[in-house]
Amino acid sequence: MAIESEVLVIGGGLAGLSSALAAAREGADVRLLSYKQSTLRNASGLVDILGYTHDGDGPLTDPYEAIPELPSSHPYRTVGVDGVREAMAMFDDVTDYRGDHTDTNALLPTHGGTVKPTARYPRGAAAGLASDDRDVLLVGLGSMVDFDAPHVAAHLEAAGVPFEARGVSIEFPGDLRADAKVTRYAKLLDTNGEVAVGGRMVGARDALADAIEPHLDGEARVGLPAILGDDHPDAVRAALGDALSVDVFEVPMGPPSLPGLRLEDALFEAVDEAGGNFETGNPVVDYAAEDGHIEEVYIEKNGARIPVSGDQYVLATGGLVGKGVESDREGVYEPIFDCHVPHAEDRYDWFDLDVFGDHPFARFGLPTDEQLRPLTATDSVEFDNLRAAGGILGGYDFAAEKSGSGVSIATGHAAGTNAAQEAR
Amino acid sequence: MSDAESPTEFDPTAPNTGEDFEPVDVFPDSDDFDLRPGADSCYKCSTCDTNCPVAEVDDEFPGPKFQGPEQWRLKQNEDDYTIDDSITDCSNCMRCDNACPSGVPLSQMHNTARGEYVSEQMDKLSVEYVRNRILANYRTSATIASKVPRLANFAMNFGPARWVMEKTLGVTSEREFPAFAKQTFREWWSSRGGAAASKENAQQARERRGQDRDADKKVAYFHGCYSNYNTPEVGKAMVRVFEEYGYEVVVPEQRCSGTPMFANGMLDDARRGAEVNVSSMADLIEQGYDAIASCTSCSMALRQEYPELFDIDGIDEVAANTFESVEYLRIHEDLKGDLRAADVEGDLAREFAYHAPCHARNQGLERQSVELFRDLEGVGIEDVGESCSGISGTYGWKAEKYEKSMKIGDEMFDHMDDASGDTGMTECPTCAMQMEHGTGYDIRHPLELLEAALVE
Ligand SMILES: Cc1cc2nc3c(=O)[nH]c(=O)nc-3n(C[C@H](O)[C@H](O)[C@H](O)COP(=O)(O)OP(=O)(O)OC[C@H]3O[C@@H](n4cnc5c(N)ncnc54)[C@H](O)[C@@H]3O)c2cc1C
Ligand code: SF4
Ligand code: SF4
Repeated sequence: MAIESEVLVIGGGLAGLSSALAAAREGADVRLLSYKQSTLRNASGLVDILGYTHDGDGPLTDPYEAIPELPSSHPYRTVGVDGVREAMAMFDDVTDYRGDHTDTNALLPTHGGTVKPTARYPRGAAAGLASDDRDVLLVGLGSMVDFDAPHVAAHLEAAGVPFEARGVSIEFPGDLRADAKVTRYAKLLDTNGEVAVGGRMVGARDALADAIEPHLDGEARVGLPAILGDDHPDAVRAALGDALSVDVFEVPMGPPSLPGLRLEDALFEAVDEAGGNFETGNPVVDYAAEDGHIEEVYIEKNGARIPVSGDQYVLATGGLVGKGVESDREGVYEPIFDCHVPHAEDRYDWFDLDVFGDHPFARFGLPTDEQLRPLTATDSVEFDNLRAAGGILGGYDFAAEKSGSGVSIATGHAAGTNAAQEAR
Repeated sequence: MSDAESPTEFDPTAPNTGEDFEPVDVFPDSDDFDLRPGADSCYKCSTCDTNCPVAEVDDEFPGPKFQGPEQWRLKQNEDDYTIDDSITDCSNCMRCDNACPSGVPLSQMHNTARGEYVSEQMDKLSVEYVRNRILANYRTSATIASKVPRLANFAMNFGPARWVMEKTLGVTSEREFPAFAKQTFREWWSSRGGAAASKENAQQARERRGQDRDADKKVAYFHGCYSNYNTPEVGKAMVRVFEEYGYEVVVPEQRCSGTPMFANGMLDDARRGAEVNVSSMADLIEQGYDAIASCTSCSMALRQEYPELFDIDGIDEVAANTFESVEYLRIHEDLKGDLRAADVEGDLAREFAYHAPCHARNQGLERQSVELFRDLEGVGIEDVGESCSGISGTYGWKAEKYEKSMKIGDEMFDHMDDASGDTGMTECPTCAMQMEHGTGYDIRHPLELLEAALVE
């Protein structure tokens, strides 16, 4: 016997979570299986729909307007503009992200000092919008070398933002170890844990506000790297803001990313609330099928193979980074079901000779039919009950287009909804 | 970072992980631990660090990335490099191990480093060593104590004695020692008729269920120390539930699974126990039994730590055929359906605040109790979230770690407080101690609830 469900989702990233959520909301009995934590921990936590066109034109003002112009093999064309809108409505419903009041892309400062177009941003980043004309003080923390505040401020000004930006660098109060983890800062701020300042024990929130205060010169908003709490970020920002009489915002950082972590938590919670089940920690490694219909898949646990079955399956194991697609000297392949991944025979054709050029490998992934079912080399469906979503899909280059999260949410939602409807 | 920057040094010709990743040979034939291949696949993403409950509350702790790959690199490059003593601050919760996207064998690295630190750098006459050795060899003390449970229960928690233990041994007097049962599980098992009685019960159950009376359904129970000496009701529930489904149970000779010894770097002690456990389980597995544990740290040890650390005949077969008790029934029986049709009355008709032990999480079992019991009539269950309980076996018993342990546990205590129930539930005996200590709740094991729901 196998552990059974109606819809079985493989992969716990943005795409898998969106699938599971959509399917559970359709009333299906859903199970999500995931091996490791998703790439959300590495991502900025910003949710892009489309920042640039396929040909690199942009930044785009309205991503929805640009979707119909994409090549027909692009996943957005498969789910359609309405599909993207429905998926984003679901996302907005279960997160506290901003940006849903308009179709237009927002512009947000990054920790590298650039301005990035994005469709949704965490509430904590809201006061940092580059379209806002209030002056900004950026505060870097000595130990966090990824965020060089004076440098970032200079870059932003050079990019032509409509406000004055200044950057200062301070030490996080309490003499933490130089390589303290982001979770350590977050925990201290979450709990307002005590830190030693000049021989006195002071709550971390108050101590941080005290350290910033002398550097303020009339700015209306203050930006810090995204370490302001894990469980209670709103309370942390509010406390700092009240103490300094400014609006406080977080600048999304590189990995490990707290906004990504918070988003992952929120989505797991939403799946739980919708009645979905999940289990993590072990990979799906194999399957059994008959006549093009998957009967069950197998989880590997230290040599044991645990059978798990569903009526319908969604494959959301990510792209080259998430390990949904792998490559070796022989070629590029999808490791669980061995779905067809189109790629040139010759490995030298995977790259553009120009390092920053248009590398075909960035678009490696599965081709699908209009139901998101993976296709064989001869364009027939691989399995009648398998759909794919997110980074594993071919036909788009998330890093160049800035479409990573949007494609995962949109295709995840569509695959989950279709799977649930078929299973019921 | 913006997504234009490459997250990894992407090289399609050399995947740094994936199915081909071989978790290295640890002890080829010498005592030289070579974990370099594992260290090399670290791409410094820090995902492990964000999962470490100790690094979150302790400024001094350098975190898993340092403990694992970085330390191994240092060791490789500097001849006289000695293991950093922060390795003893790692609680062996194994959360980092589970998190690494690149398959770096972190807990294997921590365990071997800790073993090396303790065997080569720790003073064998120090109070700390003696204390750790006593805590790690809980079974030895428990065997003696269980012979005189009443006296032991009194003596262990007797104020002045505890004061002396804290002062001389560094065992915190903040905690109450768990009570010893008046009859151990094994005593109960033999007085009940042992394997023969179990076979009889299983056959009757098969007939009742319309199955073949002689069906080949048999399991070997690894009860571990705690359900033998302290909570035999868990072991009894295991036996009754499995028999109800028509499984014959045997209870082979066994020693401590080694969990507390790994965490204290006492690998020789652990190996001695492992040899006994592997040999008795391997024989049974050859005869068609599966090994079942009711404690998630025990199943973790047999499944993962043994093959990672020791080279004992039959160890891989034992790992591949060991299961956690509820997991096993989920795979082989329609447990979910049966629970949907059942209800609970009486003592266990309660609301439970469920905590998933870290070691259950590593086996992908962190949600099974919630999933099963949320459809069970007469009870309620709420997941109190993903935080670590903070006790990590013997860790929270050490006077110098007590506060840290409670700080880690704070989040769980808060969530338990917020949950509507005031009975706790978990699979791990030491998490149960911490839950009880932090909230005063009565803590039960999922098997007890299964028994109440499914066994007459
Ligand atoms: C460094 C980085 C930065 C990014 N920045 C942005 C950004 O600024 N804006 C934006 O919009 N998007 C960004 N993205 C993209 C976005 O965050 C997601 O990575 C993308 O949407 C892919 O999501 P996914 O769910 O398809 O895959 P993933 O997130 O890769 O998840 C795949 C999941 O499948 C699991 N899995 C893999 N194999 C198996 C198996 N065999 N069995 C079971 N489970 C398995 C993995 O463990 C993982 O949990 C970024 C991505 C990266 C890597
Ligand atoms: S999670 Fe793995 S790859 Fe990332 S830093 Fe830790 S050990 Fe290295
Ligand atoms: S085992 Fe637990 S305590 Fe030890 S380094 Fe890993 S996450 Fe931290």
